[in-house]
Amino acid sequence: MMRAAVITRVLRMAPDMVTLYFEDEECSKASPGQYAMIWIPGGEEIPMSLSTINPGGESSLTVRDVGEATKTLCDMKEGDKVGVRGPFGRGYTVSGDSPLLVAGGTGVASLAPLAEAFVERGVKPTFILGAKTESDLAFRDRLENLLGDSVVLATDDGSCGFEGFSSQCAVKLMDEGSPDIIYTCGPELMMVSVFDEAESRGIPVQASLERYIKCAHGLCGSCAIGPYRVCMDGPVFDSEKLREVREDFGSRKMDPTGKIVGVDH
Amino acid sequence: MSQLSLSVDIAGLRLRNPTMNAAGVLGISASLLKRVYEGGAGAVVTKSLGPAPRSGHFNPTMVIVEGGVLNAMGLPNPGAEYFVSAIKALRAEGVPVVASFFGASIEDFRDVAELLSEAGADALEVNVSCPNVQEELGMLGADCLNTEKVTAAVKEVSKPPVFVKLSPNVTDIAEIAKAAEMGGADAITAVNTLKGMAIDADFKRPILTNVTGGLSGPALKSVALRCVWDIVQAVDLPVVGCGGVANWRDAVEFMLAGASAVEVGTAIRERGFGVYKEITTGIEGYLEANGFGSIKDIVGLAQEAA
Repeated sequence: MMRAAVITRVLRMAPDMVTLYFEDEECSKASPGQYAMIWIPGGEEIPMSLSTINPGGESSLTVRDVGEATKTLCDMKEGDKVGVRGPFGRGYTVSGDSPLLVAGGTGVASLAPLAEAFVERGVKPTFILGAKTESDLAFRDRLENLLGDSVVLATDDGSCGFEGFSSQCAVKLMDEGSPDIIYTCGPELMMVSVFDEAESRGIPVQASLERYIKCAHGLCGSCAIGPYRVCMDGPVFDSEKLREVREDFGSRKMDPTGKIVGVDH
Repeated sequence: MSQLSLSVDIAGLRLRNPTMNAAGVLGISASLLKRVYEGGAGAVVTKSLGPAPRSGHFNPTMVIVEGGVLNAMGLPNPGAEYFVSAIKALRAEGVPVVASFFGASIEDFRDVAELLSEAGADALEVNVSCPNVQEELGMLGADCLNTEKVTAAVKEVSKPPVFVKLSPNVTDIAEIAKAAEMGGADAITAVNTLKGMAIDADFKRPILTNVTGGLSGPALKSVALRCVWDIVQAVDLPVVGCGGVANWRDAVEFMLAGASAVEVGTAIRERGFGVYKEITTGIEGYLEANGFGSIKDIVGLAQEAA
């Protein structure tokens, strides 16, 4: 069922990125990595990762302005309402003693609640927080307060921390540290590179994939990747499934008509 | 005791069991359809394919309502020509393919039917009944004359059996079924979704971008069952039941009304891909417990009791 949720506060993260906080009982019980369908009344409905999951408390979405619907969300103010369906999909499975979390861009939205879930279990993960430039590093304070110096910053332009992509930084940590599992969310080309490097080292991966989600109930098929539906079989896929869809992962996806097109970021 | 048979023959389309996915459900990708077949379906049904690629409507395109699901996807599809390779790939793996298709005109229907027939589809299902594109494409299945004309045009160019899928959104579905029979249909699929809508009280506006949508799921079952019942009385054609089938009991009820097979869609949401196997196993148990040897022994049995 569709529910109306009131925006309780808005946190500006970067020039083109905001986090919208709201209260919704069902979203507050979600697992890290799950998503909700967010409807802008009179406009479109889009899938969004839950960037805060706080049992009994507030939830949040972290939105980058990349199109019409996300622009409307970025302009929202306290007191505005959105429609919410969900949470949907399979999130991350919390496992391992020495996890490495690799976030690129807004991928941090889905991985920040996972980092909190690990800490709750007494495990402190290493967290690569990567973005194009320093001002795009979202949730830096939240993660540094949680994980201290286990947060590794990376920027494409070298304005802060490691200079290069999150995936390049991840390779360095795979070799220097000894992660027993890797979680990743961000641009698909970054994730596929993390996956391939982890595969060659025998490290299991869980990656959160993105496709064109329409129904979110596993019925319409628009979000297919191989024999799977990102909306319901995913969005998080483990190494075994990633191997199965490796031909498509990082390479091919369906456009809204169902035609196969290339993955370009 | 003789071996139970779950195989069915629908106007020459011979299937290992009487279950298929409903058109529109998952049929946009060959890999997903293969998973439907591996889940136990007797055949798979493609997304309704049109003469050109369509993106369909913008979200929200689906909302859960009391007793079912309301959707207005808007016939997204890559175009019939583009999907030919998927149909061939599925058939090469031994998966029987029913190609669902639509058009805006009788000429469209004929052209697409010819293409899909030549692609090797095992059957064609004519979608003259989508409730979500009426403003753009009209609904030819709303009246007898157009239904007969479309069916006749499709039949002229089709090698495999032609199923005509009807809408429950008509005054008398039996009359439309007779028109399809007059046009030369080999079978009838009944029914497409029932037109409905959802309004959100907080936002004070319709939820679906298309405003109205088609209702499927348990809430549709009794309507669909009545449609199958009426059609079976009106025409001398096999009927494929569709609408709210979620388990073997539902399937058996459709068969007792006169359906030779069933299509299952919305139930995948809760039951997963294994729903086909579950239904088939359940039907097998029912046949055995009641002393029947095959599906055809129960098709239309309730008609005799009425």
